[in-house]
Amino acid sequence: MTQPIKFYQTGTFTVGNRLLPEDKRTVQSSIARDNSLNSGHRACQGCGEALGARYAVDAAMRATEGQLIAANATGCLEVFSTPYPETSWQLPWIHSLFGNAAAVGSGIAAALKVKAAKAGLPEAVTRVIAQGGDGGTTDIGFGCLSGMFERNDDVLYICYDNEGYMNTGVQRSSATPPAARTATTQPLGPEPGAEFGKGKNVPLIAVAHEIPYVATATVADLHDLEAKVEKAMSLRGARYLHVFVPCPLGWGAASCDTIRLARLARETGLFPVFEAEDGEITAVTKIRRPVPVDEYLRLQKRYAHLFGAKGHPETIARIQAMADKNIKRFGLLDVEGAA
Amino acid sequence: MIKQIEGSQAVAEAVALCRPEVICAYPISPQTHIVEGLGALVKSGELVPCEFLNVESEFAAMSVAIGSSAAGARTYTATASQGLLFMVEAVYNASGLGLPIVMTVANRAIGAPINIWNDHSDSMSQRDCGWIQLFAESNQEALDLHIQAFKLAEEMSMPVMVCMDGFILTHAYEQVDMPEQAQVDAFLPPYEPRQVLDPADPVSIGAMVGPEAFMEVRYLAHAKQTMALDRIPEIADEFKEVFGRDAGGLVRGYRIDDAETIVVALGSVVGTLEETIDTLRAEGVKIGVLSIRCFRPFPMAAVRAALARTARVVVLEKSFSVGLGGIVSTDVRLAMVRIHVRGYTVVAGLGGRPITQDSLLRVLRLAVADELKNLTFLDLDWDIVNRHLAREAASRHTGPLPEALLRDIGASAPRNR
Ligand SMILES: Cc1ncc(C[n+]2csc(CCOP(=O)(O)OP(=O)(O)O)c2C)c(N)n1
Ligand code: SF4
Ligand SMILES: [Mg+2]
Repeated sequence: MTQPIKFYQTGTFTVGNRLLPEDKRTVQSSIARDNSLNSGHRACQGCGEALGARYAVDAAMRATEGQLIAANATGCLEVFSTPYPETSWQLPWIHSLFGNAAAVGSGIAAALKVKAAKAGLPEAVTRVIAQGGDGGTTDIGFGCLSGMFERNDDVLYICYDNEGYMNTGVQRSSATPPAARTATTQPLGPEPGAEFGKGKNVPLIAVAHEIPYVATATVADLHDLEAKVEKAMSLRGARYLHVFVPCPLGWGAASCDTIRLARLARETGLFPVFEAEDGEITAVTKIRRPVPVDEYLRLQKRYAHLFGAKGHPETIARIQAMADKNIKRFGLLDVEGAA
Repeated sequence: MIKQIEGSQAVAEAVALCRPEVICAYPISPQTHIVEGLGALVKSGELVPCEFLNVESEFAAMSVAIGSSAAGARTYTATASQGLLFMVEAVYNASGLGLPIVMTVANRAIGAPINIWNDHSDSMSQRDCGWIQLFAESNQEALDLHIQAFKLAEEMSMPVMVCMDGFILTHAYEQVDMPEQAQVDAFLPPYEPRQVLDPADPVSIGAMVGPEAFMEVRYLAHAKQTMALDRIPEIADEFKEVFGRDAGGLVRGYRIDDAETIVVALGSVVGTLEETIDTLRAEGVKIGVLSIRCFRPFPMAAVRAALARTARVVVLEKSFSVGLGGIVSTDVRLAMVRIHVRGYTVVAGLGGRPITQDSLLRVLRLAVADELKNLTFLDLDWDIVNRHLAREAASRHTGPLPEALLRDIGASAPRNR
């Protein structure tokens, strides 16, 4: 597929690493990067989850000087990275089950705490991340996640949200947005795709746990993602990072559109990017010019039924209303009244 | 030190002597007193350093245990009944990963109907999960088995379930000999994991394995359990050297040498059976008891050897495979292949129904006379059963079954509809 090449400045950091001061460059720009999720894995071309994990884990590695252990839920990230005897993981890594990554993380953190105490250290040097897809986080792993939050265990949990159960063939999760087609929310009937009024906002639920740190990020702004991982690793206790990661295969999108889709999700207001500390939202990434949702939706076959002669403009309007609500609720607009 | 304490407290103190580093648990009767006891020991600073996690479910308890064990910490948890079932996915995962977690199962029935009392349905439901399963006859043995369990689990890189009868043992105040810390330290070396999550030497644990090696991985789990058949009696001997008493091992016979009838059983009922056997022996009946102390790995050869010269075997079990009959019996029969003995299964004590000496004497006398049915349910009230079957034949709308049974036997309560 050919793609028109456009040169435009989307954010402060698009100018590329070369022109940035050292401390502003991404982890990946350094030859000293850890490559924690190394090349050779089996993710689809343009996989947002692979990209997100690569940056997030390397940033955590940098923040901890390589003293890091990862627990991983079942899902695409686990499957594409590790059939034995191969593994892309260049850090100590454990996969146990689909729904228990947070609890496994809690267990590792508990062990490290005891080992530190035995070594006469005030706190553990080695840190823990737990990670999983939206299904492994917002659905089946939700109990363990909430328990880890509530106990304030020293774990950073990273959710890679591609809005569906991709590893099992694109079924609906509680992170699947309204109207989206999945294998279990077919584009049929009067209300095609996933129903409106369902699903849950796990970042806000995490905030409600009043844990030290909650943030959302997208793979469109990798500097922001890295900065949030570093911030998270500078704190102790339960932390949550929810990363928006487009899935070309599940969404019916072009592999080359992963970053664009992630950017549009933020710029439409559909995916608010924010930070919260101890239960209070402390920062939001502003939108300079809100983009109408159909620019985002049009690029994805999972919304194809909304367009064309037999389309559903009223449904697009409902999605636009969701975006507008987010913009208002999170105060996403840069200039007041510019909606 | 001799102490008169509750079984749960005895187990808690014994576990603490093993210096666990992470303890995680979720409360369920009759396990609660064990983890409460351990929680108090951690909180008071008697057991340090140790992390005690109050988790949000048994699934989380076993998952935390998986994480901490994989990170190299000696890890303990306890559960029962519904809790064991709630964690099943993680129970299989722990053994599949080869993590030496020790877990007490305070044996309790499984609902529905919900029932908190003792039987062995919970542990038996997990007999194929890849954990070693030890059964305690008494509180002394329960505490001794926990000390052995850590040694066994860590040597074999395999989780161990110590099964003790809920309430009957967990809540009974008995005299126990509590070991000294120095004795336990002499017996149980520090945990040295075979695999560990360590940044100094990164490994991937728990990745996918396809058809090309899965069979071999499973077989090796079996091979290791078979090796444990040798280690378990050795560990019992080593235990005896340090602590001076018998505990554990694979099987234990009582008056079986010349027995024409051998009753096979697990857990605390063995004590009741021994007294029953003494009564029958006094009447001249040649009868004995074989206690299976290790149910997984199943000590096929030891059971076979013990039963080889008897005429009759009665398996008395507190578990039951619906649609088949006995669970323990099935395994015992396998050990008796081509030994021509008569075999009987007595399912007893489900949901806490008392197993009395009178009832045992009655069925064992029938067995000795070969008048016992192959599958017998001890003290089952056939009248209640038959009346209910008749009601079901007569009407479609008999409602919830247990309610109908209880009304039938006159347990009165106002109708709420
Ligand atoms: C207990 C259990 N239920 C179901 C599955 C099947 N399963 C494996 S991965 C997966 C989907 C994963 O979805 P998500 O967590 O969103 O990750 P993604 O693959 O989308 O990255 C499912 C349903 C499983 N492995 N375990
Ligand atoms: S299906 Fe989606 S999430 Fe899975 S590897 Fe492919 S692009 Fe990535
Ligand atoms: Mg997903």
